[in-house]
Amino acid sequence: MKRISSINDFVVKFANVNGSGSASANELFARAILRMGVPVSPRNIFPSNIQGLPTWYEVRVNEAGYQARRGGVDLMVAMNPQTWDADVAEIEAGGYLFYDNTKPMPKSKLREDIEVIGMPLTEICNATYTDPRQRQLFKNIIYVGALSALLEMDPTEIERLFSEQYKGKETLLQSNVKALRLGRDYALEHLPCPLGLRVVRANAVGNKIFLEGNSAAALGAVYGGATVCAWYPITPSSSVAEAFTKHCQTYRVDPATGKRKFAVVQAEDELASIGMVIGAGWNGARAFTSTSGPGVSLMTEFIGLAHFAEIPAVIINVQRGGPSTGMPTRTQQSDVISCAYASHGDTKHVLLFPEDPAECFELTAKAFDLAERLQTPIFVMTDLDIGMNTRLCEPLKWDDAQVYDRGKVMSEEELETGRDFGRYLDADGDGICFRTLPGTHPSRGAYFTRGTTKDRYARYSERGPDYVDNMQRLLRKFETAKTLLPAPLLYPAAKPARFGAIFYGSTSPAMQEALDVLAERGIHVNALRVRGFPFHNEIADFAAAHPWVFVVEQNRDAQLKTLLVNEAKINPSRLLSVLHYDGTPITARFIVDQISQHASSRSVVPIKKTAS
Amino acid sequence: MTYLAKPLLHHPELHRNTLGYTRRDYEGKISTLCAGCGHDSISASIIQACWELDIEPHKVAKLSGIGCSSKTPDYFLGNSHGFNSVHGRMPSVVTGANLANRELLYLGVSGDGDSASIGLGQFAHCMRRGVNMVYIVENNGVYGLTKGQFSATADKGSKSKRGVVNADSPIDMVGLALQLGATYVARGFSGDKKQLVPLIKAAIEHRGVAFIDVVSPCIAFNNHAGSTKSYDYVREHNEAVNRLDFISSRDPLTADYEPGTITTITQHDGSVTPLRKLAPDFDATDRIKAMNYLQERAAAGEVVTGLLYVNPDADDMHAHLDTIEAPLNRLSERELCPGNVALEKINAALR
Repeated sequence: MKRISSINDFVVKFANVNGSGSASANELFARAILRMGVPVSPRNIFPSNIQGLPTWYEVRVNEAGYQARRGGVDLMVAMNPQTWDADVAEIEAGGYLFYDNTKPMPKSKLREDIEVIGMPLTEICNATYTDPRQRQLFKNIIYVGALSALLEMDPTEIERLFSEQYKGKETLLQSNVKALRLGRDYALEHLPCPLGLRVVRANAVGNKIFLEGNSAAALGAVYGGATVCAWYPITPSSSVAEAFTKHCQTYRVDPATGKRKFAVVQAEDELASIGMVIGAGWNGARAFTSTSGPGVSLMTEFIGLAHFAEIPAVIINVQRGGPSTGMPTRTQQSDVISCAYASHGDTKHVLLFPEDPAECFELTAKAFDLAERLQTPIFVMTDLDIGMNTRLCEPLKWDDAQVYDRGKVMSEEELETGRDFGRYLDADGDGICFRTLPGTHPSRGAYFTRGTTKDRYARYSERGPDYVDNMQRLLRKFETAKTLLPAPLLYPAAKPARFGAIFYGSTSPAMQEALDVLAERGIHVNALRVRGFPFHNEIADFAAAHPWVFVVEQNRDAQLKTLLVNEAKINPSRLLSVLHYDGTPITARFIVDQISQHASSRSVVPIKKTAS
Repeated sequence: MTYLAKPLLHHPELHRNTLGYTRRDYEGKISTLCAGCGHDSISASIIQACWELDIEPHKVAKLSGIGCSSKTPDYFLGNSHGFNSVHGRMPSVVTGANLANRELLYLGVSGDGDSASIGLGQFAHCMRRGVNMVYIVENNGVYGLTKGQFSATADKGSKSKRGVVNADSPIDMVGLALQLGATYVARGFSGDKKQLVPLIKAAIEHRGVAFIDVVSPCIAFNNHAGSTKSYDYVREHNEAVNRLDFISSRDPLTADYEPGTITTITQHDGSVTPLRKLAPDFDATDRIKAMNYLQERAAAGEVVTGLLYVNPDADDMHAHLDTIEAPLNRLSERELCPGNVALEKINAALR
């Protein structure tokens, strides 16, 4: 048997039971590697459950900095008998299995082509602790200790993390350190340390930060000036509103009075949460909701009203598997069309596609400017993979010189001068009209807000020409939106390329890795990352410049491709879909396989010149 | 309805309030509802109440859902911003608007279809949260704009215009409001403006959620014999428990009353409301007793009207959320954005 041998480039997967306290121990493991200067990208694969069902934590250790899920497992830490067979089967040939052999597994339950490392974790715990909860919790720390020895990790990094986490809680700190050393010492004495997989201190992390997309989006809302958040709990978005509350408690409490410069309301449902956001936006506050696909479905009537009544709103959609109420704990990019066209009537909405937590921060903050400038709902289209996993990314940036763009709001002074105010009057030709806020002027600027039955001065009108006039103006406004959205980013191939690839959102790390692998194999691809909808014109130009363009997405129905054909008028015959939608994050391996197959079937093999 | 525009000219001696406004300054567009509609009387009462209280019209935001009742905000307070939102969802829009700017007066107008059927959930949660607003349900027991279907407040046994007898139990909005924590609950009748105007005025002065159920007969679809929401039926069965003689904080209390029949209610803003008791065993400050009383009288077939419950010391959603005094919509980046120095610290903590 040839054992896998690798330094700073492998995948460790922990198979645990939900609710056993494994999550914090596993994250400790990942952070310790990060502190050794080696990038990691962990992913939670968890059930819709609080206690008892299987859960996994997959850590990719990769000094080159590839953040996508790799696929395959080099070391399985199998702590869950329920999933034993599938977990053992997932290990790559030559890989490693670490398990609790207090009750040793029969040979039939193991594999010949992997190295099995057994450690009597339960026995050690039972001998050391009497409290049942302690026995369970410290078992997790003990295996982290053992792994630190098996992978040659620096234990002082783990102990430093403990001392940061348990600052001022000396008893907790000591008991954790004790458990860690217990595991490590046992492994050094009894187990074949080190394995073929090793962590060697490197300098590949730099000044990058490690955070979850949901927390970053919430911070973006704080920096973007959101004062009203209305939400309804739904996985995988709940932690956005919870993080917003937490960040606000730190940054938004008036030091003089102790009063809050924010309001968070947990609404009775998604209809109410978007209703509150629209009410607040109508009244001049920056407001947002966070939700996921089923929540957006419930909000759509209101979203249509906000579109037609032209009310700023920000909707953070942490996408999950669909349709209906399915796959709450799995990732997808499958709400692209439902959000782009949400509601009845002719509606189109602005979408933003962040690639990672850093862009969750940046684009969420920007969404508030866009919402007020364009007076319309803005969707921030993140997903579970970005939102609920801790990801290594660039530090968050903020320019103190920038001011919020509050859009066209007519002031009391302007109204007083007698300036013509028509709520739906396109005064500047960009399709964006002036609005007034309630309470501005005693006798001017008040208007009655309603959906489509109105004229340019917001007077009730069921006349066809008035309706068409308004609908045409909304199209002009949508054109204006293009000029305000973040431009697509080009990733040019090193050599002239016949293939193009368009991708967006959480596909980014897998795509970038795939581009490198493909280039090594001689398949050169120019790639373009779309960051917003409506599409910039250069996206169509990019498609026109390549005979074939791959559109890489995490949904079944090629939703972005549909939008590209429908809205950017790209010829569908040149678009080739690469679609991954089983609920796991897309991998570079998958993209490489798909693109390689397409490429080989479309390669014209040149006729070799006859040797002279 | 009338197609004749009201003349802009008015009598030079028309009374002005202390802001210098006449009643006409509180009017809106011409109503498009049916002639004799109870809702128009409610609009007139809102106009009267705001004029008498010297409310600045532009400091009012009037919001509604969908239906006949929800069209009415266009017909009063033409200098106020209005919002005709989504069917049954006015409460959430008001909640958000109120969060954004706590300084305005929020007037939510809804109907029985809007608030008791499609919007029952939002009605309930709005009461629970104590949104500082006046919430008026113009209750006629039918869907008017869709031509006369029963609504959820139609009484069991009530007969529709087409002769169908309603078999379902009614939803009692007042009972719900009391149970859900509304801090001002009243029932009025659109045919009794003398009773209704003071009820609206006291509701405006109330801090917290003030709910008024106004029985408002639908002249087109629910004003026939056999209906329990007709003018005749309500007049016959109306049992007013009290009368309000609203006196604003700005006016001295001078009215002369027979001793023993009057209690006064002092609200948070200092306004004093003399309450003339008509039902000797009814106490409008005791929520539990009020609930029992209403159930008993409803079982006896009476439509109890008047001020049914008030907690003069109530607080509101902003108190629950501990928000600052300044309206949130007025805060600038200086007050909202933690800035780059804080962000650098955040970055450092994430390494």
